[in-house]
Amino acid sequence: MSAHASHAPKRSGLWDWLTTVDHKKIAILYLIAGGIFFLAGGFEALLIRLQLMYPESSVVGAKTFNELITMHGTTMIFLAAMPIIFALMNAVVPLQIGARDVAFPFVNSLGFWLFFFGGVLLNTSWFLGGAPDAGWTSYTTLALNQFSGHGVDFYVLGLQIAGIGTLIGGINFLVTIINMRAPGMTFMRMPMFTWSAFVTSGLILFAFPAITVGLVLLMFDRLFGGNFFNPDAGGNVVIWEHLFWIFGHPEVYILILPAFGVISEVISTFARKRLFGYSSMVFATALIGFLGFMVWAHHMFTTGLGAIANTLFGLATMLIAVPTGIKIFNWLLTMWGGQIRFTSANLWAVGFIPTFTIGGMTGVMLAIPPADYQYHDSYFVVAHFHYVIVGGLIFGLFAGLHYWWPKMFGKMLNETLGKWNFWTFFIGFHLTFFPQHFLGLMGMPRRVFTYLKDQNLDFGNFISTIGAFGMTIGTILFVVNIIVTANSSKRAPADPWDGRTLEWSIPSPPPEYNFAQTPLVRGLDAFWIEKVAGNKGMTPAEPLGDIHMPSPSFLPFMMSVGLFIAGYGFMYHNYVVVVIGLLVTFACMFLRSVNDDPGYHIHEDEIEEVKA
Amino acid sequence: MATHHANAVLPDEPEKATLEGKNKLLGFWLFLGGETVLFGSLFATFIALRDQANGGPTSQELFDMPLVAAATLLLLTSSMTAVMATLALHKKNLKQIQVWLTITVILGLGFLGLEIYEFMHYVHEGHKISTSAFGSSFYTLVGFHGGHVAFGILWIILLQVSATKKGLTVVTAPKFYLASLYWHFIDVVWVFIFTVVYLMGMIGGKVG
Ligand code: HEM
Ligand SMILES: [Cu+2]
Repeated sequence: MSAHASHAPKRSGLWDWLTTVDHKKIAILYLIAGGIFFLAGGFEALLIRLQLMYPESSVVGAKTFNELITMHGTTMIFLAAMPIIFALMNAVVPLQIGARDVAFPFVNSLGFWLFFFGGVLLNTSWFLGGAPDAGWTSYTTLALNQFSGHGVDFYVLGLQIAGIGTLIGGINFLVTIINMRAPGMTFMRMPMFTWSAFVTSGLILFAFPAITVGLVLLMFDRLFGGNFFNPDAGGNVVIWEHLFWIFGHPEVYILILPAFGVISEVISTFARKRLFGYSSMVFATALIGFLGFMVWAHHMFTTGLGAIANTLFGLATMLIAVPTGIKIFNWLLTMWGGQIRFTSANLWAVGFIPTFTIGGMTGVMLAIPPADYQYHDSYFVVAHFHYVIVGGLIFGLFAGLHYWWPKMFGKMLNETLGKWNFWTFFIGFHLTFFPQHFLGLMGMPRRVFTYLKDQNLDFGNFISTIGAFGMTIGTILFVVNIIVTANSSKRAPADPWDGRTLEWSIPSPPPEYNFAQTPLVRGLDAFWIEKVAGNKGMTPAEPLGDIHMPSPSFLPFMMSVGLFIAGYGFMYHNYVVVVIGLLVTFACMFLRSVNDDPGYHIHEDEIEEVKA
Repeated sequence: MATHHANAVLPDEPEKATLEGKNKLLGFWLFLGGETVLFGSLFATFIALRDQANGGPTSQELFDMPLVAAATLLLLTSSMTAVMATLALHKKNLKQIQVWLTITVILGLGFLGLEIYEFMHYVHEGHKISTSAFGSSFYTLVGFHGGHVAFGILWIILLQVSATKKGLTVVTAPKFYLASLYWHFIDVVWVFIFTVVYLMGMIGGKVG
């Protein structure tokens, strides 16, 4: 032991961020990168809506419109929503289970940088000859060379790189949650957010390899003369649909389950009650995760799989309404009779419930195969999935960010700005997407850059674009709030909301070792139990002692840079560049495996005992 | 944790003696779960496309039992020698581990050699990735497996070299264990390739 360095090499500024393996800092990196991509995706959405504000307009034109919808969908799903979820999971999960760290800090940082460089690669397409334009689903044959531009190559390679990052991130959380829980933290005492992170990570593990394979096959077709999706040479385009949706449907649960987790935490904290029906919530989460894998073909009703397949997939889809309904009722019953505080965080959570429920109801409508022939590829679908993804996930993320901001940054977000932010976004959201249900029913097709005058589509589209401005204002207010908060000098207390779970038992922001002494967990809502028993903080499960920490490392960054370089080499058929890129990556892997990280120790006398 | 001396007493089952080791083991099993989905998707694609020769050579015309049998034999034997390496690990005998792994690597290289020969031969016969959907799916599935074998060989060699300096410790033991687990996994995948690609491709005309 004495051989170790007792201090981390002191790092500061940019270098610190490029090399950090601390899950709390990685959370912030995910938040910043995901936030920037969210702004980009939102800007793209605004341009789409401007194009559609009036009939037969030519604000951006057809070609750019195709690029915009493709990049908007792809960016929002892969580069905004997923990373912000990872931001919350990184910030919160280790704290909620009483862990000092995640299982693989190095892998954690690698996962971030892979996502980041994959996303950058994808977005450079805008400047290198045009963005992908085959839709975020990249359906073949549209996505083959004959019918789409070079941009799809950026999609194929960018998403492969980012996807590896997500996959290893998922494995990291699974192992962390299984192996690193504090004494007494049984599975059935785990907070709902951690449970949802657990199930989500499991879904990532089994869903992402499927899209990776799809992307590899598409890459072979586009870059190396493969024939997977070329019907002229025996290829089969339905394979792409299957692979895409075997990933794509679980993906929507990967997105929504963490939001469910956030809502459970926020609602019970601000109703000052323990979550109603905790074990049924756990069960419902796991069941939704499982069923999520059984229903992918409901995206393919009109593909022609046949009546039997359509019926089975339709029924399986409707089945998911049961566990989802359980969750909705449990949230309502948690609020029932509680002492509800309408903080900004809770506004988002309460706003989530009816909004998400509407999205769920239109989902059941879409699950009826014959009806889907009518809705398919119309604005009804666009309305449905935005009710689920924005009204569900994005509301959930806003709730989570307002709730955990003090824990992550040690500052309280401004409540007044938060409320303005909520109401403008909430009203803007419903203005944008509610009319789209009717536009769809009236026959307005999705992914078409304009519509004709006087077909009863003018008014709905106009309102929808006005709503998009509302959401834009809401988003800007959130950015303003962040700036105002960052410049204020008021520090957040350890437990600003009178919280129930472990993360509130340590200072805001937490020290790098999280818990000076691993806490002993005595039940569900571990910190609440201690507070009710009149204790100041958690009872420690171990004596105070030296804490071992992993060293920071620049290798994850460099490994990702290597793949980033190799990606361009593949796209431009320049194999010298490919080899250079891959050599960088492999050299880093080599260095990592040859030099075992001894880490360093934080000594007992440097650890401050926490007074909650 | 990290710097046990070579002569320090190793615990039983050194691969899971530390939390780091346990994490690695669990994480690796999960990773193999993901790999299963990866290969499952490739198999499904292959099965859907294997009869689509598009006028190019078909599987019945190409495949040749003796060659595939030899490759299979090499790989299955190498799996057995990898088991021997794990047994040696549990006996904490580094020298034995190194011997068994060296044999594993040699067998693996033999397998790869045969596969490269096989691919070159097929290309010569006009069976390329661009010939047909069958060609694309064949080279992708079998090639992905071959890539895994090549990666495994590099990994094991690297491990062997660095272990000569580091010795057998609670840090290196999980790595040995995982490498051999990985090796079994690609062996199991090969058994499926042997059955689904080669056996089913040699017998009969159209199946399904
Ligand atoms: C924040 C405000 C948002 C607005 C105003 C908005 C608006 C739009 C519009 C107008 C379309 C194009 C519909 C079409 O013509 O096909 C679209 C498509 C889409 N949006 Fe959004 N959206 C927003 C947020 C999001 C978010 C947060 C996500 C996901 C996390 C998302 C995911 C998608 C997807 C997947 C598509 C389909 C793209 C395609 O057809 O390939 N959107 N959105
Ligand atoms: Cu779905």
